[in-house]
Amino acid sequence: MIPITWYLILSAALLSIGVYGFLTRRNVIIMFLSIELMLNAAALNLVACSHYLGDLRGQTLTFFIIAVAAAEAAIGLAIVVCMFRNMHTVSVEEICQLKG
Amino acid sequence: MISLPQIIFCYFAAAIITLSGMAVTLRNPVHCVLLVLLMFFHMAGVYLTLNAEFLAAVQIIVYAGAILVLYLFVVFLVNLKANAPTQRLNTSQPIGGAIAALLFALLLYGIPSFKLGTPGKWTVATLQQVGNTKALGIELFTTYLLPFEITGIILLVAVVGGIVLARRENEVTDTANTSHQDPEKEQR
Repeated sequence: MIPITWYLILSAALLSIGVYGFLTRRNVIIMFLSIELMLNAAALNLVACSHYLGDLRGQTLTFFIIAVAAAEAAIGLAIVVCMFRNMHTVSVEEICQLKG
Repeated sequence: MISLPQIIFCYFAAAIITLSGMAVTLRNPVHCVLLVLLMFFHMAGVYLTLNAEFLAAVQIIVYAGAILVLYLFVVFLVNLKANAPTQRLNTSQPIGGAIAALLFALLLYGIPSFKLGTPGKWTVATLQQVGNTKALGIELFTTYLLPFEITGIILLVAVVGGIVLARRENEVTDTANTSHQDPEKEQR
């Protein structure tokens, strides 16, 4: 059997990698991708606890996490497309003013 | 000693860490998205080791099949010259690495004091008898009906918002101009 701490450590590592990617990258699309990594880490944690507790709350919440992540990705990428149309760049270092 | 499920889990864990580590490091955004796609398949494998078959299928269909395809579309739509980094020195890398390492150390410090709560009624034996899909359906439509409906509304808002945001501006200005020009022409 696999002890639950292995799943928790894997989830913590994935969350840290997502945080590193979000803080380091300058491309907006890759920053959104790091957010998806963090969401997956939380989902993995929930499913692991749900399995070891013998309850289905964690899996239900993961279901909702996947749905909300889809909605957030759609709207976030629509904003990125609008931003690219106006400023012709997706680097956050060049999108630093609110005008235009 | 080390059983086969543990070896399989170790492979999935190593693959997930490696793929996500490469995905946040590489320069080409297409490579990053494809590596995350592969990582999602391994996440589905980890869900399978946790007796969550329906979630593994949903992960592949929705996350790997829909969300990442949307990311790929936007990456190709934006279509930058991928290997043109403006400045090579990225001053946020040491700080970002320190914050991420600090977060990981904090979580590792808190994990040994984790205690499982009281077990619920969906034990592994019951789940394998009923099937994960049916059990999740029972829970979703009886206990969690309100969050389910709210999720439906969230998806509706996302669809409407995506359409409104990604619409071209020319159509809006053309209809506004034509509707304003006709009364002026009639007055002259």
